[in-house]
Amino acid sequence: MAEFLQILASGLTVGAIYALIGLGFSMIYNTSEVINFAQGEFVMIGGMVTVTLYAGGQIPLAVAALAAIGITALVGIAVERLAIEPAPQNNLTTLIIITLGVSITIRGLAEVVLGKNFYHLPAFSGDTPFDLAGAEVTPQAFWVIGSLIAVMLALAWFFNRTRLGKAMLATSQNRMAAELMGINVKMILRLSFALSALLGAIAGVLTAPITMTKYDVGVMLGLKGFCAAVIGGLGTATGALFGGLLLGVSEALAAGYISSSYKDAVAFIILLGVLFFLPEGLFGRARGERV
Amino acid sequence: MALLEVENLHAGYGRIEALHGISVTIEERALSALVGANGAGKTTLLRAISGLRPATRGTIRFADRDITRLQPSARVRLGIAQVPEGRQVFPGLSVEDNLAMGGYTRNFRDVAEGRERAFALFPMLKERRASAAGTLSGGQQQMLAIARALMSKPRLLLLDEPSMGLSPLLVAEVFRVIADLKASGVTIFLVEQNAQAALRIADRAYVIETGRTVLEGSGGALMADERVKSAYLGL
Repeated sequence: MAEFLQILASGLTVGAIYALIGLGFSMIYNTSEVINFAQGEFVMIGGMVTVTLYAGGQIPLAVAALAAIGITALVGIAVERLAIEPAPQNNLTTLIIITLGVSITIRGLAEVVLGKNFYHLPAFSGDTPFDLAGAEVTPQAFWVIGSLIAVMLALAWFFNRTRLGKAMLATSQNRMAAELMGINVKMILRLSFALSALLGAIAGVLTAPITMTKYDVGVMLGLKGFCAAVIGGLGTATGALFGGLLLGVSEALAAGYISSSYKDAVAFIILLGVLFFLPEGLFGRARGERV
Repeated sequence: MALLEVENLHAGYGRIEALHGISVTIEERALSALVGANGAGKTTLLRAISGLRPATRGTIRFADRDITRLQPSARVRLGIAQVPEGRQVFPGLSVEDNLAMGGYTRNFRDVAEGRERAFALFPMLKERRASAAGTLSGGQQQMLAIARALMSKPRLLLLDEPSMGLSPLLVAEVFRVIADLKASGVTIFLVEQNAQAALRIADRAYVIETGRTVLEGSGGALMADERVKSAYLGL
C-alpha cells in the first residue's frame, strides 16, 4: 500500500507538470488552431534561465525563477511576432512546421548560450520528505501540485471574470466576429503565446529540482505535454488537467510495477488508444470549457 | 451630409478580386440598401468597410476621414459596427458576455447602459441573459447579433443579410427593428437578398453585379425599375 501511494505521489507530481505544459498547447490551439511544437522549449527556457540567473546562489532563487518566467513570456511574444505573424495565415500545416523550426532554433541557441551540461536547481523548500501514510513525499511535490492548483484558479478567474479573458474566448470561438467587436485579434494571439510560454516556464522551473534540466529537456517534456492535451481533449482546460495527471500516474505505475524502461512508451500507447477510441479526447466534447 | 463615401473600391481574397471599383455614398441618418445576387460582392464590400478585407485600390472615407488603411478595431472606435452574415454570435459565451464583447471598445459604464438599452429593445435577451448564445434559436441569435453591434454606440450600422434563414414572422420582426433603429437616428447600410423588403424601407439603394455598381437610386425608384423587377423582385 505504501509502495502504491509512493508511486501515486510521484505520478501526480510528474502529471501536474505535464498538465501545465498541456494547458499551454491548448491555449495556443484555441486562439490560433496552431499546435505549437515549440511549447517544450518554453519549459526548457524556464528551467535553464533560472539556473543561469541563480548561478549557484548569487541572487535569491525566487527572483531568478520569476525573472526567468517573465523572460520566457517575452520569448513567447517574440515567437508569435517574428515567426507566426509574418507567415501566411491560411495554411495551418505551414504554421505548425514553423513552430518545429522555432523549436530547433531555440534549442540550438540554448545549447550555445546556456551550455550543454545537465544543471540542477535546489528544491524550493528543502529535501526533507513528509511521511504520508508510509509514502515519502518531497516538499517539491507539494510545490508542483500547489502551483498547478493556483494556475487553474488563476486561469478560471481570467477567463470567467475579466474582459480580456472573455475577449480571448470570443476570439477562439469566432475570430472574425471578434475583430468586428473591435478586439485586437493580433494582440490576443500574442497574449496567448505569452501565457502559454508562461505556463511552460512555470513547469520548467518546478521540475528543474526534480529531474534536472538541460538544453534539450524540452523535446520529451513537450511531447508528453502534447500527449496530455490530446488525451484530455485539445483545447479544453479540464482535458489538459486530467490528461496530464492520467499520463503521469500511468507512467509511474508502469515504471513501478513493470519496468522504468517502458515509462516513455506508456504516454504514446495511451495516446494511440485514446485517438483510436475517443478521437476528440476524454473531455473533447465538453465545449464551453475551452481555455 | 455623407457619412460614408466608398470610391472606386477594389478588394478581394488573395489574388481573386471580388470588387472591381465600387462607389457608394451613405447619407447620415438614412437607410441605404445594397441589393445583388449571390457572389455579387455584397459581403466583401461590408468586410472592406469594416476593415476585414484590405482594399487593393480606392478609398473609404468615414465622417470626412480616410479610413482605407485603418485596423478593424480602430474603425469600431470611430463608430462603424457590423452585424455579420450568419449572425456569428460567440456560441460559448453567455448572452450578457456577447453584449459585453459588443461594447469592448467602450468603458464599463457605457457597457452597463448599453446592456439596459439592449434589454429594453429585446426583452427576450434579458430573460436569456445567462444562457450560452449557442443555445438560442436562430431568430434570437439574430436579435442578439443586432443588440451586440449596437453596444458600441455606432454611427453607422452595417447589416449583412439579417433576414437570412429566418421564418417569415421573424423576418417581419427583424425589419420592424431595423425601421425602429432608423427612426432613432442610426445610419444603416443594409445588405439583403430579400430585395423587396429592403427596397421598401430604403431611402437610397444600390444594385451591384459581379463587383460593380450597376444601378442606384431611391428605394422607390429601384422598385419601379423594370430591370430590378425582373432580376430581383421576381415580377
